Amino acid sequence: MHVPDGFLDATTSLATAGVAAAGVGVALRGARRELDERTAPMAGLVAAFVFAVQMLNFPVGAGTSGHLLGGALAAVLVGPWTGVLCVSVVLIVQALLFADGGITALGTNVTLLSLVAVGAGWLMFRALQRMLPNTTTWVAPAAAVAAFVSVPVTAAAFTGLYAVGGTAPIPLDGLLTAMLGWHSLIGIGEAVITGLTVASITAVRPDLVFGAHRALRSRPLDVRTATAPQEAR
Amino acid sequence: MSRPTRPNRRRFYVAFAVVALLLAGVVSSFASSSPDGLERVADDQGMAQAEKEHDLADSPLADYGIGAIDNGLVSGGVAGVVGVLVVLTLTAGLTLAVRRKNAAGRGS
Repeated sequence: MHVPDGFLDATTSLATAGVAAAGVGVALRGARRELDERTAPMAGLVAAFVFAVQMLNFPVGAGTSGHLLGGALAAVLVGPWTGVLCVSVVLIVQALLFADGGITALGTNVTLLSLVAVGAGWLMFRALQRMLPNTTTWVAPAAAVAAFVSVPVTAAAFTGLYAVGGTAPIPLDGLLTAMLGWHSLIGIGEAVITGLTVASITAVRPDLVFGAHRALRSRPLDVRTATAPQEAR
Repeated sequence: MSRPTRPNRRRFYVAFAVVALLLAGVVSSFASSSPDGLERVADDQGMAQAEKEHDLADSPLADYGIGAIDNGLVSGGVAGVVGVLVVLTLTAGLTLAVRRKNAAGRGS
């Protein structure tokens, strides 16, 4: 869903660039609390993984494809602020090295695909966590639903920006319907990829999944008898 | 209570990086080349008429391919691997800087 140059007028592009810069600034401060010795290496890996999976367009029917946005995935794996930083780096590299997503639209893309997608994904994930049992089993399903929701929310946010500063005069109701329709389909792929990824990592190293920390903290300690000195982890 | 053995942290990080490299370097050649949701809507609804060509459309890695390599599979794969490494390096550097600042802040 990378916005190319020319879709939005200069004023709107400048405004979203300001929002993006402010958002990343806040994220840099917020990430300080999220990053520790365990999560810091995860941030680079999660950004690299999101970049890789964004290359994997999957067909959603009628000659149309979609790819992972990765906002909800990054938020659940490394925390929302660090997630914003990860997805923003991906978007900057895509625009400057791979000519994917316009240069003047970079602020728009960071606002939508990083701030909005990560924000929507994380808020939905937290809301679900409060409703579901507080165990690691529910982390991946909650992440999947949050991922699904984040895609049409981001599509709606794009339509909102287009209503303010769109360059081509086109009917907005048709645009909204089309954006929500296609991106709900793409959201299913987003949910599957996010659910599988979070489930796989939670299965082997739940301590490396930011969204599982709450469940791990409330888990009663199990007493194990040491048979040999354990290797350093 | 028995739990599956946990892979050690370093091994896990390496495996995660290898998965990302394989996805970008190999699996990406099997990705759909159809227009994505936004491109499709832009064509159908008329937004596409205002689209401008990317300023860096001639850059060596433009459109996820190495311009100098003719073979599409190799070109896309190498571009993907380069992208993964660049993103990994930049994000790791950024996280390191944030953590340094954090440590400095606590110290004062």
